[in-house]
Amino acid sequence: MATALAWPGISRRALRVWQRNRDVYLNTWRAELVWPLLEPALTLVALGLGLGEFVELGRPERYIDFVAPGLLAIFPMWAASSEAGWGAYFRMESQRTFDAILATPLDVDDITTGEVLWAATRSIISVAYILVVAAAFGAVASPLAVLALPFGLLPGLLFGAASLCYTAVARSVSSLNYFFALFITPQFWLSGAFFPLDQMPAWVRAVAWWSPAAHATDIYRGLLRGGLEASHLYDLLWLLVATALFHLLATNLLRRRLVR
Amino acid sequence: MLPRPRRGQRYHLSQVKSVSAIIVARGLVKRYGNFTAVDGISFEVEEGEALGLLGPNGAGKTTTIRLICGLSPLTAGELLVDGLDVRRHARQVKGRLGIVPQHDNLDPELTVRQNLLAYSRYYDLPRPLAEARIREALALFQLLDYERQRIETLSVGLRRRLIIARALVNAPRILVLDEPTIGLDPQARRLTWEKLRQLQAQGTTLLLTTHYLEEAAHLCDRLLIIHQGRVLAEGRPAELVERYAGRRVIEVYSSNPDEEERIRRLLADRPGVEMERDSEALYIYLRRDDGLDLAPFHRLGQRVVLREANLEDVFLRLTGRGLR
Repeated sequence: MATALAWPGISRRALRVWQRNRDVYLNTWRAELVWPLLEPALTLVALGLGLGEFVELGRPERYIDFVAPGLLAIFPMWAASSEAGWGAYFRMESQRTFDAILATPLDVDDITTGEVLWAATRSIISVAYILVVAAAFGAVASPLAVLALPFGLLPGLLFGAASLCYTAVARSVSSLNYFFALFITPQFWLSGAFFPLDQMPAWVRAVAWWSPAAHATDIYRGLLRGGLEASHLYDLLWLLVATALFHLLATNLLRRRLVR
Repeated sequence: MLPRPRRGQRYHLSQVKSVSAIIVARGLVKRYGNFTAVDGISFEVEEGEALGLLGPNGAGKTTTIRLICGLSPLTAGELLVDGLDVRRHARQVKGRLGIVPQHDNLDPELTVRQNLLAYSRYYDLPRPLAEARIREALALFQLLDYERQRIETLSVGLRRRLIIARALVNAPRILVLDEPTIGLDPQARRLTWEKLRQLQAQGTTLLLTTHYLEEAAHLCDRLLIIHQGRVLAEGRPAELVERYAGRRVIEVYSSNPDEEERIRRLLADRPGVEMERDSEALYIYLRRDDGLDLAPFHRLGQRVVLREANLEDVFLRLTGRGLR
């Protein structure tokens, strides 16, 4: 059935879905406290201190200072995408949580926005953990780094909405793996988190322009170094537009799946 | 009440607003591609009434329920719930209903109490009111002791009770239940019936689907028998039995054609007798059971069952005896 895209209805009812996911998180977060701290710590040790010994950036900068903002783009991306990918799929198909919610005054648009907001919250939580670890390694140069927390919302919304698009069309849990293999994982390498994109061939930079994580990395790097430039405004705009488009698409795809 | 519309004549929804019915469904149709799940179902539910939708699997009961709850858009037809047009006001309609789904969709990641609390927030209830309603609903279904338990630790029976308790959080005027006692043992089923009757006595309207005929007879003031997306019959349980099965039924388990022929001849000139057979038995439906000489039947010994007609007879006669 071909229907035009309808604009998503955004209402504070979406917070009800967010609250449900928050309750679940609060039931288990203490048990899961160690890993979200350990993972970035191990990565910083391995890459920043270990591999960093052998990396020439071509400018006077410690590799660990270069990688830390990259991790801010990568791990929260992963946190938001798993939440709106596997997490939302599980809630929708195995637990039938979305069906239960739809039997109340909430509708598909509220579920979409609530899920995306929750994914973004997971992104911010992940940013907080990484900031603590990065600061412990002395990789936070500027007080502007505090702004990484609110900024973490935006890539979180973006990856939440993008993952939900795929969740809405996935026919099985395993088919979600394609999304992660083709969309999320390549951004580990295309985002410029681990090596400077400006030293890469033009075609790599051209591909990287399409990577949301690359734009997020730029902004995190500016915040941690304390050097914001006009180009960061462009990155911000890019992320805002992409977020709006993914949200529009996610709402419509989820409507198609859930309203029959 | 308005008379049924004639062919080609339709009431505008504004004309039926004054009707005492709390649910008004006219010519409901739901199609999925080429498949028609609901094919022109019309009925009304009076406030405080318990109406049961009865029918075999795949008859269109659940789809009808989904339409009424605004969970599925109508292909055609008119539908008013509590005075609201479901097509335009699905959200408000859902706010006034308590919906008990057939499949368990309790939140397994939350405790019993958290489940109801999350639900109360979906209805935007202020916290103190929500707390009071949750206590009340848990108390009614004897679940207070399980408040802090996680859903996984609950038995099927407890979960089913909790699903009904959850549907009460918004103090709905209409409770819509899709197979409310599916998978329950007889004790749990009876407890559930008792609670539902209690709710009805307090003024709640009940709309339920079931294929337990005992449940239909116990719980419902009125029944719609649905088959292949259409209403085959409508009436009070006793009326339906009287109308479609008569008073008494004789079941003769015999595969001997001569014997069957003898029985048929014996009953041939009696009024109000109908016969039907399936691969196992011959069923004789008697509208009147006075003055029938049962001796020839008793001679057949254990292969004869003589009993009261019941809803199962109605159901099987209307929807066909063989497997579809």
